[in-house]
Amino acid sequence: MYAFDFVRPKTVADAVKALQAEDAQALGGGQTLIPTLKQRLAQPSVLVSLTGIDEMKGVCRDGDVLVIGGGTLHATVAREARAHYPALAALAGNIGDPAVRNRGTIGGSLANNDPSACYPSAALASGATIVTNSRKIAADDYFQGMFTTALEPGEIITSVRLPIPQKAAYVKFEQPASRFALVGVFVAKYAGGVRVAVTGASNNGVFRWTEAEAALSANFSAGAVKGLKATAADLIADLHGTAAYRAHLIGVLTARAVAAAG
Amino acid sequence: MPKVTMRVNGRAVSGEVEGRTLLVQFLREGQGLTGTHVGCDTSQCGACTVHVNGAQVKSCTVFALDVDGAEVTTIEGMANPDGTLGRIQQAFQDHHGLQCGFCTPGMVMAAAALLAENPKPTEAEVRHHLEGNICRCTGYHNIVKAVLAASGQDVSAIAAE
Repeated sequence: MYAFDFVRPKTVADAVKALQAEDAQALGGGQTLIPTLKQRLAQPSVLVSLTGIDEMKGVCRDGDVLVIGGGTLHATVAREARAHYPALAALAGNIGDPAVRNRGTIGGSLANNDPSACYPSAALASGATIVTNSRKIAADDYFQGMFTTALEPGEIITSVRLPIPQKAAYVKFEQPASRFALVGVFVAKYAGGVRVAVTGASNNGVFRWTEAEAALSANFSAGAVKGLKATAADLIADLHGTAAYRAHLIGVLTARAVAAAG
Repeated sequence: MPKVTMRVNGRAVSGEVEGRTLLVQFLREGQGLTGTHVGCDTSQCGACTVHVNGAQVKSCTVFALDVDGAEVTTIEGMANPDGTLGRIQQAFQDHHGLQCGFCTPGMVMAAAALLAENPKPTEAEVRHHLEGNICRCTGYHNIVKAVLAASGQDVSAIAAE
């Protein structure tokens, strides 16, 4: 790693101030950023750790919305979201491994927007609102391609507001070595319709599968997506799977998620 | 250089570190606690697993300054006060839960975290919990058996392999 200064502010305001330094970089749980630094793929002048900011931690309910602090650990979401939004808790409880879940945060995952990460699919399928230190961003506007989001430099995700669905489930097909999603599908049924978000599959990052949404909004059953092909997206092809294989997985996993949602 | 202070295995320790100093470097090089191993250094193998405020983390993927003020437990803190092996360590010895032993500190720390949260796990729960700990000897069968034995469950029916 290149050398850098390290600060650990206690408030969002102090973190925002610290991030105004040239080449400053926010640090969530570090489960992606630290390996990146070790490979010398990043060279910040100062790392601004967000782990000391208590106002960014915790899970609470605001009517029909689950509000999760941006600095909340995956392990905490797995425990504390269970009673309110079980599909989200299950997703959080299966990210990486226990040690990763004890450091990684929802805000860090959404800010990084890894094309194979789990959380982006939950945020997009839930029609979540990403709340930052300066504004609120709808999930539909937030994800802008692989590792790309609407966040401005120095902007911090302070919380995520997820409308609680009537039914939901997330199913992923794990890449066995990394345990990232080769393909993951989050299906969420709301009074106003069904939202389906797919991660792991597209060169543009997480996306909504609108054809499946229309079919499932009319008939919420695994059979409703039978024969549908997710062809619109720019699907990833790599040594783990061809684009055609991923397209097939999207259909299969969507049907499984619908079945799991009940 | 900035100073970091924490409690390690119940003992207050402090030292000067760089921003980039990893927790595992602070423990091994700063405190001489070389029981915590660095296997892959890419946060995949889990050999460096320690507890920070009771939660297992990979100490190669945590900065020392980020756990300033924390309570840290390493493999050196797992023995009984009289120096004999702790319950989980003893189970690993009794059930041949180690071959070369390199992954063992991380395995024991991961197992301890599991048993603290789930005192009687099923075999499937043990295997799921140990997903982030890799044994390069592939000795998983007896590791899982040792963890189940450490939980007080009868493992006599599980064949030795």
